[in-house]
Amino acid sequence: MDSSNAGSFMEDLSRYFSEKPPGNLIVDLENVTYLDDFGTLVLIELRKITVKANGDFQLLHPGEKIREMLMFLRFDSLFKKASFEKKRRQGLFVRLGEKTYDIILDLKSAVSFIGAITLSLGYHLAHPKALRTDDTLEYMQKTGVDGLPIVALISFLMGLIMAFMSSVQLEQFGANIYVASLVSLSMTRELGPIMTAIIVAGRSGSAFAAEIGTMKISEEVDALFTMGFDPVGFLVIPKLIAALVMVPILTLFSDIFAIAGGLLVGVFMLDLTVGAYVSQTISTLTAFDVFWGVLKSGIFALLITWVGCLRGFQVSGGAASVGQATTSAVVSSIFLIILFDSIFSVVLRYTTG
Amino acid sequence: MGRKAIIKVKDLEAGYDDAVIFRHVTFNVYEGEIFVILGGSGCGKSTLLKSMIGLLRPRAGRVLIDGEAVSTEDEDGLKKILAKIGVLYQSAALFGSMTVAQNVALPIEEYTSLKKEAVDMLVKMKLGLVNLDGYGNHLPSELSGGMKKRAGLARAMALNPKILFFDEPSAGLDPITSAELDNLLLHLNRTLGTTMVIVTHELDSIFTVASRIIMLDKKAKGMIAEGDPRYLRDNSQNAFVKQFFNRRA
Repeated sequence: MDSSNAGSFMEDLSRYFSEKPPGNLIVDLENVTYLDDFGTLVLIELRKITVKANGDFQLLHPGEKIREMLMFLRFDSLFKKASFEKKRRQGLFVRLGEKTYDIILDLKSAVSFIGAITLSLGYHLAHPKALRTDDTLEYMQKTGVDGLPIVALISFLMGLIMAFMSSVQLEQFGANIYVASLVSLSMTRELGPIMTAIIVAGRSGSAFAAEIGTMKISEEVDALFTMGFDPVGFLVIPKLIAALVMVPILTLFSDIFAIAGGLLVGVFMLDLTVGAYVSQTISTLTAFDVFWGVLKSGIFALLITWVGCLRGFQVSGGAASVGQATTSAVVSSIFLIILFDSIFSVVLRYTTG
Repeated sequence: MGRKAIIKVKDLEAGYDDAVIFRHVTFNVYEGEIFVILGGSGCGKSTLLKSMIGLLRPRAGRVLIDGEAVSTEDEDGLKKILAKIGVLYQSAALFGSMTVAQNVALPIEEYTSLKKEAVDMLVKMKLGLVNLDGYGNHLPSELSGGMKKRAGLARAMALNPKILFFDEPSAGLDPITSAELDNLLLHLNRTLGTTMVIVTHELDSIFTVASRIIMLDKKAKGMIAEGDPRYLRDNSQNAFVKQFFNRRA
């Protein structure tokens, strides 16, 4: 018997003995010259059936090699059912407590990570030459330039959809021209920064977490530390500066492409002229609106890099942990982006009256 | 001798891009022996191992396992051959999201129709064989390097393959753990009759376990010696072989 026929043989065996339970069972091993663990499994099953029927089980004439194998596999002690059931789940309150404690620990490490970034940023401001310029430029390319096509496309379509949907309502009042105001204002102040930040979180925030997480499990982060480098300065600051520069620029592009999307609907569906649409857009937007969107996108860039790198540094164990960190980086980033955007809206509402 | 050659390697050549790593590598591995592939860093030991287990397509020549050609193109044929072999990777390559018992049970559940209870009993026996009783519910990240190797070995021999391949089994282990692993391999070889092919450069380990060795050399881009390790150490006229066994720079 081997692995290929073990299953069917065991089934035949239990079917045969369930019809005719043995009284006593003697297995003669005189002619058996080879026995492995699959064969031993059959002997264990036979012994179990016999003992269950209150019979005696006996092995006769095992050769020296067979005896050695049975001893090696500890046949005589394998009576109890082997079980590798997962540990029992803890009670609800224990799990609740553990989860709360985990969240507190997570917050603690998140806050101390802000401290580490601030210190490292301070050091880099005092010593600009310490900045890894090549890495920073590379991350600028990955975060900004490589992300531009998708940001542009999504923003263009957002502008187009928004103009299209709003035109259905505004057309009833002959207020087609206000489509330009609606698209430009909502995109520059709210949706442009949010959409760009969400795309960057999905593209680059996850990549930051995966990169640092993989470096963590392959001990590259430890190597940096023992070589006297500050892992935060080495790995986080270039990403942070790259994101701080590129996310606001991407946001400006997002605004422009969204307005272009709206313009397309305005010109081809609402019979507006290009001049009228652009002039309405310019008269609606103030410099503050654009500045406000760009400022928010800078804060979102900080959040994305902070969370992405934090999740990377929190990786421990194996490949599965890198996957968790990546997912968590994206989910946490998006949550924080929306949370901070809400805070900004409230602050703006009460400060500007 | 009348021994059956379970692996036949004929005129094998491997390389990356324009560079040749080795060529004209020819040897047999006989049933039941512990065969060691030896050589300095970068001589192509791991490449040879990968070619033998179908992970790498050789540029020329062929590998026969139990009379069947290892070819990455014939998927069904390759699957049949893979059922006859087990591999212990340098890092043990245990699946980090599964417990040790789940790692060992995985091939048994996939390739047999045994019930859960029987699979668990087999896993218990396998873990007993590699002295890992009581560690079934642990995750690989909770094990030491030596334990990971032994768990990887239990998984590699889950289906009692005819041949076990090892890539640097002693790498990263302390001398005692390494010696324990050598003893375990000898014990498994004796009791189960499993043929073993080991890639290593640990001299102590070679003299403990190897029935026969081949030696590859980076400069010669191929095999420079084949035979009993002690005989080669005492009698080889090849400068690199002498240097290797006498640990001279």
